[in-house]
Amino acid sequence: MTLLDVRNLNVCFGLKSGVMQALYDVSFSLERGERVALVGESGAGKSILGFSIVNLISKPGFIESGSIKLDGKELTQLSHRQLRHVRGKRIAMIFQDPMMTLNPVISVGVQMVEAIRSHTTMSKKDAKKIAIDRLAQVQIPSPELRFDQFPHELSGGMRQRVIIAIAMILNPDIIIADEPTTALDVTIQAEILELLKHMCEVCNVALILITHDLGVVSRVAERTMVMYAGRIVEEGPTLEIINDPQHPYTQGLLSALPQMALPGQRLNQITGSMPSLMNRPSGCAFHPRCKYATEKCSVEQPGYIYSGISTVACYMVEDMLSEFSEYDEV
Amino acid sequence: MLIFLLRRLLQACVVMTVISIISFVIQDSLGDPVRQMVGQSVSPAEIEQIRQEQGFNDTKFEQYTRYAKNVLQGDFGTSYFYKEPALDVILKKLPATFELAFSAIIIIIMVSIPCGIFAAIRPKNILARFLMFSSTIGLSVPIFIVGIFLLYTFSIELQWTPSFGRGDTVLVFGIWETGFLTLDGLSHLILPSFSLAIALLPMFVRLIRSEMLEVLHSEYVKYAWAKGLSPARIYFVHAFKNTMLPIITIGGIQVGTLVAYTILTETIFQWPGMGSLFLDAVNRVDSPLISAYLIVVGAIFVISNTLVDLIYGYINPTVKLASHGL
Repeated sequence: MTLLDVRNLNVCFGLKSGVMQALYDVSFSLERGERVALVGESGAGKSILGFSIVNLISKPGFIESGSIKLDGKELTQLSHRQLRHVRGKRIAMIFQDPMMTLNPVISVGVQMVEAIRSHTTMSKKDAKKIAIDRLAQVQIPSPELRFDQFPHELSGGMRQRVIIAIAMILNPDIIIADEPTTALDVTIQAEILELLKHMCEVCNVALILITHDLGVVSRVAERTMVMYAGRIVEEGPTLEIINDPQHPYTQGLLSALPQMALPGQRLNQITGSMPSLMNRPSGCAFHPRCKYATEKCSVEQPGYIYSGISTVACYMVEDMLSEFSEYDEV
Repeated sequence: MLIFLLRRLLQACVVMTVISIISFVIQDSLGDPVRQMVGQSVSPAEIEQIRQEQGFNDTKFEQYTRYAKNVLQGDFGTSYFYKEPALDVILKKLPATFELAFSAIIIIIMVSIPCGIFAAIRPKNILARFLMFSSTIGLSVPIFIVGIFLLYTFSIELQWTPSFGRGDTVLVFGIWETGFLTLDGLSHLILPSFSLAIALLPMFVRLIRSEMLEVLHSEYVKYAWAKGLSPARIYFVHAFKNTMLPIITIGGIQVGTLVAYTILTETIFQWPGMGSLFLDAVNRVDSPLISAYLIVVGAIFVISNTLVDLIYGYINPTVKLASHGL
């Protein structure tokens, strides 16, 4: 049974100037222990998708329609109180900037123990024992000492380790990591990713990794979803997507990697920039920047199609596939 | 901690020196002290003689060093009106003012914190809007109007509370006249302390609300929600502790405002404290008393701000009083 099943999720923001749609018909599923990456430019709606799973979208955002099922249980219908026991206990989150995530005036230990005690009836002493165990698991030296320290006494990488420890503290089913390494030193990024991957493997935790760094994706995730302007445009196994991208946007993203350009040459880029959610282009949102765009692209949004490699929403791919197959109209 | 206190002591010395210079200048420029002493029927030659004897013809610097030396020995001069050492006169009135200010601070803390938090958590609630509206009014109405209004309503029309004075007091520890221990003393305290509190309350309610609103939008509060903590824990532990940091700093500075307002409050309610004493001293040009008051208030301000810094360091772990000394 799928662990997490998101179907036709639409998320909107109610603004004074009208309703702005941030997520369009997003559907995906996640198996137990599976690691999925969510990539795209800033503003594509990756973080909003991550937060809307536990209904933590900041106001005035709201889930307009769609379903989010965790183990078959509908999350969008839960009360605040019920949802509170999903957050942190079954679905844990890791935020982008470890400098801002931990409360500066509360000690590391208290912030760990409170996470345990708000979901269980464990005694303070037992909770402390678990917390120190977890700190040791995320390779923090002398965890007993760190337990009583305050966030400002820890380095950035150390703090992100603490946050990973807090995420793991109640053995959740899913961890949603929103750009967990973006704010870190490059030298530490790899360590933290390795740790995150290792912890997920050991504890059999599913991971949704939100990132714009394709290098990160290939190292950690088995499956990748590419988002553009609030919609998933391509989805498939990470290796396939990186080696043989189907959607023109994914192709653009990959060719923009610095290692794709020859020395001395200008780096490749996708011309233009992502549209703001306020004035989303008609049809396929990517068509103004797409070099394969036809008239059809600007009129109607393409549906999803399985290319044999990945699931893509693009007319160009659709046309190519129908040329190859003699009988099937796709 | 010791380094912090030592450094603070040094700062306090500088501050107190400046205050003493100011009070010396005030004392020096408030009329002719010799004429105050001798009256009308003395010849100019005799006045000049007294002037010479009392050292009023020395340079200002000599006069100030003499003044400072006396002040350091606790001698602030003799009040012209009370014919007693100025410091003794003031210290006798200190308990009344202290108890008034203390009660006002307690009221401010007890009212502004819940109101401010509530207004931040439920910004759209009708009660919260009413609180914000009334705090705007409270900010713009001067204290003497509030005081007189309270006096008129509760003492004169409703006759619930006494209208002036401190009521019965009890002497404790041999030096401190307290009104806290008698029913009469407490009933006299109600109106003055409330009107003094109302002078500062609106500002604190608004301040706590806006700080709290800001903290509620921070990453760590969002993270606390993501951890699934209870709303009570998020509001009162995670958000409130951070809200308090700037409030404490401002609270320390507002001690000065509070002292200034005690002068008005004490005058309205004829509260026998330092403030009304000071106003009388100004009216009587009792310059030793005026300068002594300034120095005592300066000392209170320095001490209260040191206490505030200690509390701040206790709440905010990123401030290490011991190692940096601030």
